[in-house]
Amino acid sequence: MSFWQSPRGGGLVALAVIIGLLPLVLPNNYFFNVAILIGLNGIVCIGLNLLIGYAGQISLGHAGFFGLGAYVAAILTSNYAVPPLAAMLLAALLVGILAFAVARPIMRLKGHYLAMGTLGLGIIIAIVLNQEVELTGGPDGMPVDSFSLLGWQPYGDRVWYWIVGVLLLVTVWLALNLIDSPVGRALRALHGSEVAAASAGINVVRFKVQIFVTSAILASLAGSVFAFYIGFITPGEANFLHSLELVAMVVLGGLASIYGALVGAAILTILPQVLTVFHDYEMMMLGAIMMAVMIFMRRGLVPTLAKLLRRRGS
Amino acid sequence: MADLLQFLFSGITVGATYALVGLGFAIIYNASHVINFAQGEFVMLGGMGAVYLVDSGLPLPAAILLAVLATMVVGVTLEKMAIEPARNASVVSLIIITIGASIFLRGSAEVAWGRNFHSMAPFSGSEPIDIGGAALLPQSLWVLGGAILAVLALKYFFGRTRTGKAMQASAFNPYAARLVGIDQRFVLMLSFALSGLFGAVAGILVAPISLTYSGVGVMLGLKGFCAAILGGMGNPFGAIMGGLLLGVSEAITAGYISSAYKDAVAFLIILLVLFFMPSGLFGKRRTERV
Repeated sequence: MSFWQSPRGGGLVALAVIIGLLPLVLPNNYFFNVAILIGLNGIVCIGLNLLIGYAGQISLGHAGFFGLGAYVAAILTSNYAVPPLAAMLLAALLVGILAFAVARPIMRLKGHYLAMGTLGLGIIIAIVLNQEVELTGGPDGMPVDSFSLLGWQPYGDRVWYWIVGVLLLVTVWLALNLIDSPVGRALRALHGSEVAAASAGINVVRFKVQIFVTSAILASLAGSVFAFYIGFITPGEANFLHSLELVAMVVLGGLASIYGALVGAAILTILPQVLTVFHDYEMMMLGAIMMAVMIFMRRGLVPTLAKLLRRRGS
Repeated sequence: MADLLQFLFSGITVGATYALVGLGFAIIYNASHVINFAQGEFVMLGGMGAVYLVDSGLPLPAAILLAVLATMVVGVTLEKMAIEPARNASVVSLIIITIGASIFLRGSAEVAWGRNFHSMAPFSGSEPIDIGGAALLPQSLWVLGGAILAVLALKYFFGRTRTGKAMQASAFNPYAARLVGIDQRFVLMLSFALSGLFGAVAGILVAPISLTYSGVGVMLGLKGFCAAILGGMGNPFGAIMGGLLLGVSEAITAGYISSAYKDAVAFLIILLVLFFMPSGLFGKRRTERV
């Protein structure tokens, strides 16, 4: 495979070009806002796809990590005057420790126990964010101090667009490297057969826990950036439906495909905006689309289309 | 003492609904290893359907029967239209399909009945019965009676009828069941019909106590899921015990500790069970053959 055909060469350049040229066609701040949300959802979904698509584990609580990242960063900066960047890193550290503490015992089990455990954890996080009114403002949400680093304050959707764009590029690059490393090969091996992987000397539990913690930290970072960008957060970011949306993005775009996760994030971020035209029918259509894609394109959009293209080409 | 009795009454009532929902999870899981996240919507459809039919002038028993039948039809349709075409799909894809179905059903209910809360008149008056200083609503007796009846019927069905035994056999070993001529597609269809039945019954029985609305299925569905895991996934009678246990723990937490964290109890228990008793309270330990 030449440089231009590989995901890390041509794919990354193409993504950079798209991110670079997009501002030329986006007509106003509303579109920039949607693009930023796509980028942030994309970062979470790339992490989640490492877990679901490569390690074969599902998480139904990633919105909890996203929400926790947003709230911890917001509370640390607003109430305790911690510098925003340090607050983000502290939030990521906290989420990482939490994810480790939960995943370590669960990952020993087989089957879809992680789905159940993460579901429970995510809902508990959402309930705590709703109930601890003095700290989080409760269901009404809380304002977030603006981001600043060494006196520089990003202002406006266009500046944030570039920040999220760069973060997204870095995330994609890191994820592609990870997949192509021994860790990535170990993950694919244990996805195929945990017993076979273990007998080949792969520490199955350790790799699963590592990738789970990595994806939780990515979700937390995206959550923190979201909080500083949007300036006002509510517990809705952490709720169960948001977790489902994130999983749906990954599966829709294509399991075990980094760019697929990005495409899924883009579609499911844009779709509700488009479907608002249909008012009351919005939810019905969202559900129907999710079902239809899963039934007719089982592997998700990007892998299915890529296969079709290859067949055309040959 | 009266307080404790009161909490037990409300806990068992709520627990009985969780148990019925959990039963639906267990039955479908047994037949197909699908975790049906649309289970909660069956509860919503039963409750909303019955409220709607009563409001449009049908007598209560007819409304209940029709609402239950309609929910069962929805269950079978879901299986035929969405689960069967996706057979052999990965577990993750199947989860997404049922989640899509759940969003679709909730959206349809919003279109048909709006987003308002609806109430239903209790089946036999609302005069509480005084037992040892605690008040027991007559409707609670209906819920309990309904749950007990459901369990007995299911026990008879699984233990004494040919079809029920066929379902048990398929749950135990699908390949062996197919070899002796049990139609797996029929078993799968029946499991969705049954879980539609139990979901709808739960929704209807509980509607007069807690109001019903298009989003009522989300939390009820998840709690029922917890009940099913607590009892050991795929063990119908474990799901019943799991449901009752959850209901009582919730009521006691709400009464003595904090009503704000009532909803968190079920999920906290699930995490603890996963950490310390991964096969549930009543599940059998299994070794996996490779």
